[in-house]
Amino acid sequence: MPAFRRLIRHPWALGILGIGIVLLLWFLIAASGTVNKLFLPSPQAVWQAGQQQWSSGLLLKDAAASIQRVFIGFALSAGLALPVGIAMGTNVVICRLLEPLMGLIRYMPAPAFIPLLIIYFGLEELPKVLLIFIGTFFFNTLMIMDAVKFVPRELVETALTLGGRGLPILTRVVAPFIAPQVLDTYRINMASAWNLVIVAELVAATEGLGKRISLAQRFLKTDEIFMGLIVIGLIGLVIDLGFRALMRRACAWAT
Amino acid sequence: MHLQIANLCKSFGYGAQRKEVLRNVSFDVNAGEFVALVGSSGSGKSTVMRLIAGLDSPSSGVVSLDGRPITGPGSDRGMVFQKYSLYPWLTAAQNVAFGMELQRRSRQEIRERTAYFLEVVGLADSARRLPRELSGGMQQRVAIARALAAEPKLLLLDEPFGALDIQIRESMQEFLYHLWQRTGLTALLITHDLEEALLLAGQVHIMAPSPGRIVRSVAVDLDRSAMGQLRLSRPFLDLREELAQCLRGLEPALPT
Ligand SMILES: Nc1ncnc2c1ncn2[C@@H]1O[C@H](COP(=O)(O)OP(=O)(O)OP(=O)(O)O)[C@@H](O)[C@H]1O
Ligand SMILES: [Mg+2]
Repeated sequence: MPAFRRLIRHPWALGILGIGIVLLLWFLIAASGTVNKLFLPSPQAVWQAGQQQWSSGLLLKDAAASIQRVFIGFALSAGLALPVGIAMGTNVVICRLLEPLMGLIRYMPAPAFIPLLIIYFGLEELPKVLLIFIGTFFFNTLMIMDAVKFVPRELVETALTLGGRGLPILTRVVAPFIAPQVLDTYRINMASAWNLVIVAELVAATEGLGKRISLAQRFLKTDEIFMGLIVIGLIGLVIDLGFRALMRRACAWAT
Repeated sequence: MHLQIANLCKSFGYGAQRKEVLRNVSFDVNAGEFVALVGSSGSGKSTVMRLIAGLDSPSSGVVSLDGRPITGPGSDRGMVFQKYSLYPWLTAAQNVAFGMELQRRSRQEIRERTAYFLEVVGLADSARRLPRELSGGMQQRVAIARALAAEPKLLLLDEPFGALDIQIRESMQEFLYHLWQRTGLTALLITHDLEEALLLAGQVHIMAPSPGRIVRSVAVDLDRSAMGQLRLSRPFLDLREELAQCLRGLEPALPT
């Protein structure tokens, strides 16, 4: 019994239990045969579909294609949002100039840009990467701007009275202070990037996890759809945990 | 070192919102002096401090250091804020070193001076601790060490003990007094605690609000050889009572 208690106190124990219960229910319902196999494939069938795609190399190729799009699009977005967000957070003129504009664009649903992007850039990689950029850049920028605005005045003024000026204030005071929030912003908006890449691939792509799902739908292969969804979820989870680990290592003072 | 403040005026806002915060404030601080500004909340003490630090500019009047008008912040005027202003991601030692790094001093010098000033404020043992692992009093001592390490001509202290509880406050007052004696620094202390001002400063200016102005200046000439007894000594209590009456006279009468 004490062993069990210790197990249940592990921070992950309940989370794993929750996932386990859903898996078990899925297995039981599928095995009972009450639901049409077309709607609810059994866990074994999904596992088999996964193995099949893995051994044919399809799964790896799809995942690589999607991951690459997300990373390029998000790297552009994150890389540009950082200077723009800091500029808006520190300079009133830039902020007043850009904030209404960004606030407006932010509320335009990114998938609604797909038709335009296809007209402008065709069906290659560029429109997909740009979609991810459009869908995350404005959120990233505005959230970084907010983080900068919350840098306590005393911290900046202390640096000024210690002889600091210009760029060092930015790199030695503002940057370290906002680092935890910036990482968290990226972590949260990374989830939208994953949503968008799948949406883009559903519309037009030759490979990618989203493309695989839409193909599977055409042939009513629900087991492959389930498999695609689970893989997407797992990759997202790994990225999320990666950001959290980075945060714990780089910003220990804030946790 | 000579700090001169002459006919300093400061207003915030424009038009109907314009608010006069300081009117004709004048006083001097000479090398080695300990001067205190005392006044109720809103009497413009922090504003005076910010103008001296160069974090704000006056509407009219002069703030000059050694004859040169102050145009912006600089490391010749160190500042300790009321609210804890340590960098939370840096250890105590890194906080103390921070200003010297901005000044691009040599590594060797930074290391030695950091150790020295941590020793001065009695925190050599806590060098590697983060601010959140330090008590409020310890944090303020680190902030003082950080300001001193940057070698200011003048140390500005804006209610540095305002957020501390009474016992720690008393020991911090003694600490600050002995630090002043030992290092020969020049200090301007802001406080709304009359006792604190009289314990520490050789010159006390009393400020009245709306608009902020100096209504009384006294030279405090007390025997400070025994701090603990000073608080209870006759001359101290008499002076405190006299000035407290002056401060009370400034309060707008409360409706009864
Ligand atoms: N940037 C500002 N803009 C407008 N008004 C200001 C500004 N800074 C200070 N004031 C006003 O000036 C007055 C004096 O403020 P100040 O902070 O100098 O007072 P203080 O004596 O330091 O008070 P406290 O003991 O509460 O710190 C206050 O009424 C405050 O509202
Ligand atoms: Mg104040």
